[in-house]
Amino acid sequence: MDGGTGTSTLRRLVVLVLAMLVALTLVACVTGTSSEEEPIEVTEVILASTTSTQDSGLFDVLEPAFEEAYPQYDIKIVAVGTGEALALGENKDADVLLVHAKASEEEFVAGGFGIERLDVMYNDFVIVGPADDPAEIGDAADLPATMQAIADAGAAGTAGWVSRGDDSGTHKKELQLWEAAQIAEPTPAANDWYESSGQGMGETLRIASEQQAYTLSDRATYLTQQDTLDLVISREGDVELLNEYGVIVVTDAKSQEGGQAFADWLLSEEGQQVVGEYGVDTFGEPLFTPNAK
Amino acid sequence: MEIYVNAFREGVELLRSGGLDVWTIVFTSLRVSITAVVLSLGIGIPGGYLLGTRRSFGRHAGLVLANAGMGLPPVVVGLAVAMTLSRRGPLGDLSLLYSQPAMIIAQVIIAIPVVAAVTAAAVSSVPRELRLQARSLGASPMQEAWLTVRESRMGLVAAVAGGFGAIISEVGAVMMVGGNLAGETRVMTTAIVQYTRMGRFGAALALGSVLLLLIILVNVALTGMQTSAERWERS
Repeated sequence: MDGGTGTSTLRRLVVLVLAMLVALTLVACVTGTSSEEEPIEVTEVILASTTSTQDSGLFDVLEPAFEEAYPQYDIKIVAVGTGEALALGENKDADVLLVHAKASEEEFVAGGFGIERLDVMYNDFVIVGPADDPAEIGDAADLPATMQAIADAGAAGTAGWVSRGDDSGTHKKELQLWEAAQIAEPTPAANDWYESSGQGMGETLRIASEQQAYTLSDRATYLTQQDTLDLVISREGDVELLNEYGVIVVTDAKSQEGGQAFADWLLSEEGQQVVGEYGVDTFGEPLFTPNAK
Repeated sequence: MEIYVNAFREGVELLRSGGLDVWTIVFTSLRVSITAVVLSLGIGIPGGYLLGTRRSFGRHAGLVLANAGMGLPPVVVGLAVAMTLSRRGPLGDLSLLYSQPAMIIAQVIIAIPVVAAVTAAAVSSVPRELRLQARSLGASPMQEAWLTVRESRMGLVAAVAGGFGAIISEVGAVMMVGGNLAGETRVMTTAIVQYTRMGRFGAALALGSVLLLLIILVNVALTGMQTSAERWERS
């Protein structure tokens, strides 16, 4: 009996060692092949940006264009909420940031975490909502009147609002709008008509569409998603709805040169042209307006 | 490293001071998952019993389905349920998307294969002679079923643990069909993702710890039931 157990344990051990050898060999082959084919050394650069920027599809053109101009860099784009992007910069987990919350960005640089904040591009926010516009914000005199109309319709039970609720640039803009209208910040607990998704722009738009509620969105994300949404642009053009993007190189970043290269490229004529042309093919209008100085 | 030590301290402080609305989130998680588990037991145990005891071609196909179902990616279930319940989907008129019932539906679908497959394995290990003896003594099919189920109690506890475990830690489906709405469909897993995205690692860690603790407590309780059933069987 003991001899039998001993043999099967030995057999298992042999199989395990063989499997590990096979695995190691495979890994070595794969690594060996890729390093043989790459003549130049490629450095990784990490760009932390926001989910709304990613949802607009801008990275699909920025990434290949940058890597063509600078083949020695491989840019990895991490799209998270603005709060997390700034936290990644503080932890040096990212080399360069592209976000749209100017006040937080300036705080970031003032705290010594970033070298400088520079204008890159802007787009605008729009308030989207159900096609029948129950709160009649299309006719409102200005933005504060718009927000008041929504709050009133909400209290009356005829309209709803979905908030990002995630400290993102869009969320912060929404809070500014409530404040400018002198309305106390609504909360899901206190206001039945107010929902908070805690997620990105795409998800929040889908929730607003399902619930036929209003929400604040950047124009770019709305345009890219509009075919799958039952929402229309209810309010646009007010000057307070401008959405400005800034690029910041992180101080003492792992890939300091790479981060700086990306920022320089984005602000250069070439980078600005890529930004300014994005969206024209699909939507007939550019999604972003470049404004580097 | 210091960042995460600070996050840990912040998490402990949040839990202590009540600064984080943990309890609404925990309550929602439990409400949704316990409802889903109970419903999945109602379908999964009878289903598993039939799969484990009846000899037919349909049974074989059913077992394959149940076992394959255990490997079904929860996020695919979430996608299917979301598309079905969406306003533009076939059941859109019910307005169920982004609600607790939608989350329960998705979780039931995820849990049923687990419950059925484990139940099938448990009941098929009950000696056939025992069941035949009961029948020969005049037991009706229902009584035979009840006897078999009682004999395989240990395995059934494993079915409950498996079903509950599969759904309480799931994040993709509940995010897609629930929408993580504050106070309504925000559960522990979706809240952890949200706080991480916001850079609030302290809050994420706090919720993660509560979730782990909950899972440990539930498994301690279920294992306790299992060992007492085992002691009963041995006596």
